[in-house]
Amino acid sequence: MKVKVIARSEEEFTRERRQDLQKVFRNLDPKLHQQEKAVEYTRALNAAKLDKVFAKPFLGAISGHRDGVSSMAKNPRRLNCLLSGSMDGEIRLWDLPKRHMISQYPGHSGAVRGLSVAPDGDHFVSCGDDCTIRLWELPPAVIATREDDEAQEPIATFQGKNAFRSIDYHWSSDIFATGGARVDVWDPNRSEPIHTFSWGSDTIVSVRFNPAEPDILATTGSNRSIALYDLRLNTPLRKLIMQTRPNSVAWNPREAFNFTVGSEDCNCYSYDMRILKTATCIHKGHVSAVMDLDYSPTGREFVTGSYDRTVRIFAYNGGHSREIYHTKRMQRVFCVKFSSDASYVISGSDDTNIRLWKSKASEQLGILLPREKKKHAYLESVKERYKHLPEIKRIDRYRHLPKPVYKAGKLRQTVYDADKKREDRKRAHSAPGSVPHTSARKKRIVAVVE
Amino acid sequence: MKKQKKFKKDKGKKQRMEAGKKIKKKSKNDKENITPSVAKGIAQKLQEEGAQLTPEIVLRKKKYERGPAPKLTGMSDKKLKGQLQEKEKLYGEAAVTAAQAEQWLLPSEGGYLEAEDLEQTKNFTQQAIVKEVDITSARKAFDLQLEDLAPYTLDYNNNGKYLLIGGRKGHLAIMDWKQSKLIMETQVTETVRDVKFLHNELFFAVAQKKYTFIYDKQGVEIHCLRDHLSTLKLEFLPHHFLLASVDKAGILRYQDTSTGQLVGFIRSQLGRCGVMRMNPYNSVIGLGHNNGTVTMWSPNMQNPLVSMLCHKGPVTAIAYDSEGRHMVTAGIDGKVKIWDARKFSPLHFYFAPTAAKSLDISQRGLLAMSSGSGIQIWRDALTEKQSKPYMMHRVPKGAQVQDIAFCPYEDVMAIGHGKGVSSILVPGAGEPNFDSYVSNPYQTLKQRREAEVHKLLDKLQPEMIVLDPEEIGAVQKSAKEIQQTKGLQANEANAAIAEKLGLPVKTPKEKKKTKGRSKASKRLRRKESNIITIKRALIAEQVKGASKSQSKDKDTPEVPLPRALQRFKGPGILYLCRSITKFGWNWVMFLDYASRSITSLETYWANGCPYIDSADFELRLEGSVK
Repeated sequence: MKVKVIARSEEEFTRERRQDLQKVFRNLDPKLHQQEKAVEYTRALNAAKLDKVFAKPFLGAISGHRDGVSSMAKNPRRLNCLLSGSMDGEIRLWDLPKRHMISQYPGHSGAVRGLSVAPDGDHFVSCGDDCTIRLWELPPAVIATREDDEAQEPIATFQGKNAFRSIDYHWSSDIFATGGARVDVWDPNRSEPIHTFSWGSDTIVSVRFNPAEPDILATTGSNRSIALYDLRLNTPLRKLIMQTRPNSVAWNPREAFNFTVGSEDCNCYSYDMRILKTATCIHKGHVSAVMDLDYSPTGREFVTGSYDRTVRIFAYNGGHSREIYHTKRMQRVFCVKFSSDASYVISGSDDTNIRLWKSKASEQLGILLPREKKKHAYLESVKERYKHLPEIKRIDRYRHLPKPVYKAGKLRQTVYDADKKREDRKRAHSAPGSVPHTSARKKRIVAVVE
Repeated sequence: MKKQKKFKKDKGKKQRMEAGKKIKKKSKNDKENITPSVAKGIAQKLQEEGAQLTPEIVLRKKKYERGPAPKLTGMSDKKLKGQLQEKEKLYGEAAVTAAQAEQWLLPSEGGYLEAEDLEQTKNFTQQAIVKEVDITSARKAFDLQLEDLAPYTLDYNNNGKYLLIGGRKGHLAIMDWKQSKLIMETQVTETVRDVKFLHNELFFAVAQKKYTFIYDKQGVEIHCLRDHLSTLKLEFLPHHFLLASVDKAGILRYQDTSTGQLVGFIRSQLGRCGVMRMNPYNSVIGLGHNNGTVTMWSPNMQNPLVSMLCHKGPVTAIAYDSEGRHMVTAGIDGKVKIWDARKFSPLHFYFAPTAAKSLDISQRGLLAMSSGSGIQIWRDALTEKQSKPYMMHRVPKGAQVQDIAFCPYEDVMAIGHGKGVSSILVPGAGEPNFDSYVSNPYQTLKQRREAEVHKLLDKLQPEMIVLDPEEIGAVQKSAKEIQQTKGLQANEANAAIAEKLGLPVKTPKEKKKTKGRSKASKRLRRKESNIITIKRALIAEQVKGASKSQSKDKDTPEVPLPRALQRFKGPGILYLCRSITKFGWNWVMFLDYASRSITSLETYWANGCPYIDSADFELRLEGSVK
């Protein structure tokens, strides 16, 4: 007879000393993990509910400006500071973790329309309605210790003929571009622009250099155009004319041939700069004009601020927003920024405040233990797996909205449906082929000019 | 999520026959199972592609795979296709990793009992086994003589550390049986019919004379469940925190032990019921009734999900295996039948020496049945019909066995009987490797507390009890969609048949959609449009041909057939018949009517013939075979 029975010695399965970790044994046989689908679903449902419980995205408001915040800039070299300019011409430098001002830069007599920090992180430029560009020095790296309220003086001032609406520093070399009546490219050592581009006679409202191909820049103009320029050429590259005015433009930092514009018609449009005849994605959701947008450094999502007093976060390929932020006191949002570590969102609005938000509403801040990280990753993946089930979808998608925004959204939907119906009827009662189907991604494009 | 299936035996044996055929088919498919040589081939092929797999791992990873991959060919949505491909790749990788990690994760090997030379394992006595094993294992076999308060029912907690025993005459005790330590003992001075641990060893439920009570580990009465009157049997659904009870009136009640709510009150309407078992695969409760039926229940429906006639005479015991593949039922007719628990079809049956009173299936699939004072343990008895038991045991002094239970994660079985409680060694019964996050026999206090919180967080809702737990998260097609696909299939089939027969292919007319009421006649026509109609022409042709040939045959004088065969008229056609004799044998006969001879006769038994119908031949037409 050969016989063996299960015999476990307790020492092998328990810890030796109190200080030791408990031993853990796994058997991944599905036989021992019964009803795993139901259990996973329950975990996903609970995770979705917990996300709602922990969704506290608003971290704080930073007040100090005496007028609405019109522009903001982040320092590419430092995470913890932010520049903001207001409608009264004042520029302030903020310490974000402590939420107080480090220094202020008075000088502009009209609204500050654009701010941009040089790639070395020591200088920044500002431009405004007073037809001037000013070059300023930033305090050294250890800024937290420096708390002098004394007013800073500009290093240099550049005088233009018209008001400037936007400014952007080159990603690598020491030049910057301004948008106003035309596009000017400046060298800080010269008083006159080194390049000037103009195409049509309307105002350029935003200028952005391409992060990967740094000589290319995109602009949006008040003649409803998006234009692409190359500094190496004397003439502009291409121009796209839309039905409504694009207010701002932002390049996707990871896929630098893609850019997104926030438009006056409440939508954002993503384009591939190589194929301009169709948008790659329409991002819907806002109920009023999109004033500003900024990409996350990961390139997977971007934040938008709108005239409808909300801030939304979209996936780079998401048709609808992932997140909506609003407070009772936040007024029209003029500028937004994604922090350089992709975990915060900063918005500046008409109510003179700068607001700091978490980019993931229910994210746990601070340093996480590996076990916590694993747990979060697990819950995220089960939620992803069961996100199509009605209960989880409902909980995950629900966002409380201010009544006017909600109503406006409903109204927009009604108008959209009515338009669609009208077109369908028109098509049904016309000769076949005379009313062609146009894709929504092409519909808003009027022309592409080479 | 709700699904109702009702299988009635009296609808005819045809169904059973079909079930039998299906099983045969299935056994053919079983050949597809990977053999070592095939595994070697697969492994080589995969290695050529760059994966590092040994044949062993190919064999092992099968266990961890979650079903076959969906068919992606012809899928138009490229994005979805890509996502699905990625998911399948991940599943495959996970299965391989799990298989590769087995040698570190699963260090212990299972027990075994092997005979040498002319020995037979069933002849080994407990004394002999105990002599052979090590001293700590030998201590796991014991006898508790508690004659005064017997017979005993028993229950192990989920990690097998504690044993709860309940004497008929009011004796309750919890013991740490491995260390022979009594944790709690009390006397409730009332009849005790059943005992059951709740989600951990801290609480247990007792079915007493009138009410059901919940006690804690110290034996203190925590709750008196006045809703559960004169309960005969208790069951606990660990994932759902539900305590199920069935009583003298055949009423099944579900009580949520975490919230205290009564979530289900179901009248089975089949009289007194003392046989209940939960299917661990889907948490459906199976009840065995006095009329021989087994019904399956969820708290969401007042009607049984499944009702199947299993025995002639009362059902005495039910057991499910841990994967939910097999159900075993025992009846007063002395049979122990194995059923496919997912198809509800019979597989085979065994004869118990006398009617089996209790059944249990161990984690590794050993089937134990008790009849009288004897216990038989069968190995691999569920998948295949075995000829002899694996082990046999007899309770001392001829005491009647009341209840048997395999201990989880141990090679031990406890027996509650008329003279007390015994524990015997059954090598190869328990799962050798436990998962600390599922149930840990060496759980510390802190771990138990944490596990309790996690169990509560992962508590499933009673609405999620369905026959097929894989349905959760699956796509439920709308009735319209199903109807459309049916219609398309019917059209295709019609066209194919018409082409084969050379008949004109009728294309269904495009319907003009007009608003208005749907007339009854139109509705009928719409319904009929989904039916394969073109076969009718074929049948009509055949009938015509048959009548012609019959008229030709008219010259030859007709030889009268035996009455039993007169039903089967039709020249040159073989008939598949089936007969049932009083020995419980099944015959399949192929009769040639033209020559009036039996062309072949196949005899088999113990497959789908649960009981005797009549002494004579009973022939049934199953259909013609060309």
